[in-house]
Amino acid sequence: MGDDFRTCPVTGFKVHLPAEKLIKVNAVTAVVALLVGAIMALLVVLTRWETVHLLRPIDFYKFVTLHGWNMLGFWIIFFEVAVLYFAGAIMLNTRLASPKLGWVAYALMLIGALGTNITVLMNPTKNAIMFTSYVPLKATPGYYLSVILFAVGALLAVFNFLATLYIAKKEKTYRGSLPLVVFGALAAAIIAVSTLLFGAAALVPTLFWSMDIAPTWDALTYRIVFWAFGHPSQQINVAAMVAIWYLLAYLTVGGTTISEKFSRLAFVFYILFINIASAHHLLVDPGVSTAWKIWNTSYAMYLAVLASMMHAFAVPAAIEVAQRKKGFNRGLFEWLWKAPWKNPSFSALILSIIVFGFLGGISGVIQGTEQLNIRFHNTLAIPGHFHGTVAGGTTLAFMGITYYVLPLIFRRELVGKSLAVYQPWLFGIGIALVSIGMQGAGLYGVPRRHADITSFGGSGFAFEYDPTAYLWLAVMGIGGILAFAGAVLFVLIAVATLIKGRRL
Amino acid sequence: MSVTPPQRVWWKEKVPREERLWFSIALAWAIVMFIMMPLWHIYGSQNPSTETYKVEPEEYVTLTQQFIERYKVGEENGVPVVEPPPGSDVYLLGKQFSWEPVIKLKKGETYRLHLSSADVLHGFSVYPMNINFMVIPGYDYVLTITPTEAGEYRVVCNEYCGPGHQLMVGKIIVE
Repeated sequence: MGDDFRTCPVTGFKVHLPAEKLIKVNAVTAVVALLVGAIMALLVVLTRWETVHLLRPIDFYKFVTLHGWNMLGFWIIFFEVAVLYFAGAIMLNTRLASPKLGWVAYALMLIGALGTNITVLMNPTKNAIMFTSYVPLKATPGYYLSVILFAVGALLAVFNFLATLYIAKKEKTYRGSLPLVVFGALAAAIIAVSTLLFGAAALVPTLFWSMDIAPTWDALTYRIVFWAFGHPSQQINVAAMVAIWYLLAYLTVGGTTISEKFSRLAFVFYILFINIASAHHLLVDPGVSTAWKIWNTSYAMYLAVLASMMHAFAVPAAIEVAQRKKGFNRGLFEWLWKAPWKNPSFSALILSIIVFGFLGGISGVIQGTEQLNIRFHNTLAIPGHFHGTVAGGTTLAFMGITYYVLPLIFRRELVGKSLAVYQPWLFGIGIALVSIGMQGAGLYGVPRRHADITSFGGSGFAFEYDPTAYLWLAVMGIGGILAFAGAVLFVLIAVATLIKGRRL
Repeated sequence: MSVTPPQRVWWKEKVPREERLWFSIALAWAIVMFIMMPLWHIYGSQNPSTETYKVEPEEYVTLTQQFIERYKVGEENGVPVVEPPPGSDVYLLGKQFSWEPVIKLKKGETYRLHLSSADVLHGFSVYPMNINFMVIPGYDYVLTITPTEAGEYRVVCNEYCGPGHQLMVGKIIVE
């Protein structure tokens, strides 16, 4: 010990330098993935905006597949690994269990991420099979192998985090219970372990099948196993995002939950209920019983939603209490008007809560109803939902925390502070329009993952959707351009800070 | 503080009144929805069908071909058009990258519509109704339908099924 640490002058945390290095490298890789994903997003959204209709079908399928992997997979999970190492080693003033394992995990994830991009770009006809990779569509073994390597790397990183918690406990680097943010990160890690194991259960047999050494498997069984991975993997993001919400409330206004018990119970609810809620993907599938659908989508989903409702109260309450303590007590809302809106992390936090809850959360509950799902399944409303949760919620929260990671971890003064003030608004409003536009078009039956709803590739049965649907697609398109600009501005600020920012 | 260990033993502390109230409201609403879900299924009439049979894709293709031979009345864009009698079993086959056949139905009559696939997953999406169901190889999904409005309906594939996915449009005619 000793030499491997520095003390943070701002927070007082003892910073384990090898952990810090891994945090940096994972965070930078995440931002690169975000940039790649954002460029693909622009291509995809300009294709779905029928007035522009940019790409040929095969290019559209290629980029929509990779947009999914780079955003849902690589940007978010590399960033989450950085969050886990921060929450584990630095917030508990301890050392990362194994920096070596951290590098192995990173290498595997990097190879997996590169491999996925390369295999799909090189051979889109076979490998552009979308994030879901449903059998019996068969990609080349390289594609499945890349995805599996990435997942194995992520799993190793999670184990490294869990081992770090064990070391901190054993070496008594903290007293009593874990800090709330670490508790939230632990919830995310627990969900990640179960999720990634299901991911292996879905994709490892698929890999062997693609190599012709295992029999094909039942398409419906694959869907059931896949969704035990597919949706819960997004619940890792929810738990990590909420942990970041608490961290941001503390960093921006000094707020903390008014009840540790309340907030922690909500995290426990996530662990218990959110994983089995993913049956809502199978509501209009043959061969799945009504009782199974109803049990999983009502009981499990509503209790998971209840947990989000609890955080939705606790995080704003933390902000309000902290602000009132500072004397902003006039009227009902002075605490809100006098909040540090010039701080991009604060506006990112507020926008993340609003877009996640109102656009992502509410649409999710509606779409997950047995009967209503008939009108939403596989329409554009579904990506409308998860652009609210993952892009509006998780991504914005991660952008918000980055504005603290740059000075505190990279120790560089932020470049372009005046632009950074507007960045969360640009991205947040853009992604909100994307979500609203998609949900609007979805109501008219516009399908997701479809390259051409005007001429249908020249099909003799081509038709035109209700004109209103095209209006919604334009809303989505304009929102997409704004969100793209917001994402690029974020990347530019981060990169400029790393290169040109004054050393702190 | 959110970033330091809690001061007191957190599971023993009392949750403030405001949060208990909020929790109670949210829980009550969750319970209402929890009860609504099965009630709506039992008393409502808009449930997704649960009638499913296992069927080999080749077998389903044969069934569809027999169905087409029996009731064929014409052809449109190279796809056979069939006019099955009311009350009969109607077979719709999803395959890369078309729906077969084009189906003519009578308004107000009831049919048993079978959905399955010859190859990969497809999505059965009817425009302008916006009704969506999964079409999965190996499973014969039966929807009992009674068209209530005359007109031409389009069947769009809304599950990615390969590089020609965008071509996959079919037609149902109600007279």
